[in-house]
Amino acid sequence: MDITFDELLDVKGAKCPMPIVKSRQAIKKIPVGSVLKVVATDRGSVPDFQGWADMAKDIELVEQETLQENGQELYVHYVRRTK
Amino acid sequence: MAVQDLAQADDKVESVADVATLLERVDALEERVAELEEAPAQGIEDRLSMVVFSGDLDKAIASFIIATGAAAMGLEVSMFFTFWGLSIIKKQKQYEGKNILEKGFAAMLPGNTQGLGLSQMNFFGAGSRIIRKLMNDHDVASLEEMVGMAQEFGVRMVACEMSRELLGISDDELMDGVEHGGVATFVGDAARSKGALFI
Repeated sequence: MDITFDELLDVKGAKCPMPIVKSRQAIKKIPVGSVLKVVATDRGSVPDFQGWADMAKDIELVEQETLQENGQELYVHYVRRTK
Repeated sequence: MAVQDLAQADDKVESVADVATLLERVDALEERVAELEEAPAQGIEDRLSMVVFSGDLDKAIASFIIATGAAAMGLEVSMFFTFWGLSIIKKQKQYEGKNILEKGFAAMLPGNTQGLGLSQMNFFGAGSRIIRKLMNDHDVASLEEMVGMAQEFGVRMVACEMSRELLGISDDELMDGVEHGGVATFVGDAARSKGALFI
């Protein structure tokens, strides 16, 4: 998949609640309309990002994908700041 | 001018007046909508409230995971620390100016988060050291890191004034930035919250 993004956040190895916490901190720093790509290894981050997007009024979940890297699952989330 | 023309002119004047009243009503309605949007559904905010009653390490970790997670999701978070939960927001212990019972409580209770024990399998502190090691091995943020993050996110932390006095905990023993309040402080926040938890 080829999705454009403006900023990359690596939260590999981080466990709940850090992927969401770090993403919030990062998204506050990018301009409205930009997309943050978050790469996580925490399986729970998949429903977590959906829950975050359902609730928050200032972000939107553009896409999620699961990749394989060196036998490790990577969970990638694209989040757009809307406000 | 013919009588017919006059009647037509009258109609026009009336319709202009109608449009003006309609515009006024539209303005009033728009104002009201804006007002309601400011204060949604009977004052319910995007807020989560918690009573942290327990002073156990595991329950403290759970409450701070929820608090930082909710704050990151964009919720306002209020935490109300009461009874044993006060140990979680202590930064030190002090004996000066305390009576014998208060000194006893100070001696028995943890002086900061490092002294918290597990609710089960604590084995005189060995259990909490093992849990901290496991959390570290699994790259889970420590309780201290999460408390710092909660403060960064502006989580409201309130110490129960009544149990603070009861246990003889002085203001200097509590972390900076902690507010003091009573049940109404909690209920006030809980009543306008989307959820409230007792931990």
